[in-house]
Amino acid sequence: MEQFAAVKRSKDGQPVRYLIVDDSVFARKNLARMIESFGGQVAAEAGDGLTAISEFDRTHPDIVLMDITMPQMEGIEAAEKIVQAHPEARVVMVSSVGYQENIVAALQRGARHFVQKPVKPEVLYEVIKYVMGEDGAVATAASTGA
Amino acid sequence: MKMELIQPFINAADAVLSQGLQGSTKVGQLAMDETGYRRKGVAGLVSLTGDIEGRIIVDLDSQTAVRVASHYAGAELPESDTLIKETIFELANQVVGNAVSALNDQGFHFRVHPPILVTAEEGDKTSEDTEALMICFETTLGNVFLNVALRYNKRRMSDHAVAGQ
Repeated sequence: MEQFAAVKRSKDGQPVRYLIVDDSVFARKNLARMIESFGGQVAAEAGDGLTAISEFDRTHPDIVLMDITMPQMEGIEAAEKIVQAHPEARVVMVSSVGYQENIVAALQRGARHFVQKPVKPEVLYEVIKYVMGEDGAVATAASTGA
Repeated sequence: MKMELIQPFINAADAVLSQGLQGSTKVGQLAMDETGYRRKGVAGLVSLTGDIEGRIIVDLDSQTAVRVASHYAGAELPESDTLIKETIFELANQVVGNAVSALNDQGFHFRVHPPILVTAEEGDKTSEDTEALMICFETTLGNVFLNVALRYNKRRMSDHAVAGQ
């Protein structure tokens, strides 16, 4: 997989930490691999919305990558609950179902962005940089020691 | 043959396979499934209900599924029933999700049901208004078969027409 210039947290230069939420282990592995290529770190994984909420409370990740269709609690509802409890949370919906109405519902309920599956690494990378905003910094060759 | 219904699934499968597997994908054999569905390997079925109803089956042999999963994971993965099922369900979700997004943007509304594993060797013969099309996608990791049988739900469509008057 292509390597990208690492996106770090501006405040401390540490890797961006992610919570990956998807009921498919296979999809989680794929996203974890992309995150590593962005210089990020997987803080936790969850297979449903309910677990996502408890894992967010436990790990306080910088970004949540959230599937929509999942058992127990769907992603849009979980995103809403996380953002209600933590208004600073950055939730990016990642789903193969890219209905206009789904996207609008997710954004209205607190998600910051939407990425359609199959996920292209270069698209997710740009979304991560956008969502991190000033809280993220792309490491230069000098700062990575390369 | 409702090609306007089936074409979004062909486009979606082509996009999902070529993007996901980062290689060229060729639409190979394309045939009407007149004798009823016959499973080729391990198959996942997704049902649609609503303005359009029917089912989509993603079917591939277990070795191809392991190769696809290993490609996505970036490492050789050992063959297991769970891994194979996960791979097929994820492919099915992505293909169907992308296709129904396109159909939804055209104004069709429906519900996508979670994938289920097809265990029977053969399926029911399709009817005249629900003809099935079998498409073989030749990928660098092996063949992936898509079997699509869909029809318009005339009652739902006429309800929408009445509501829109």
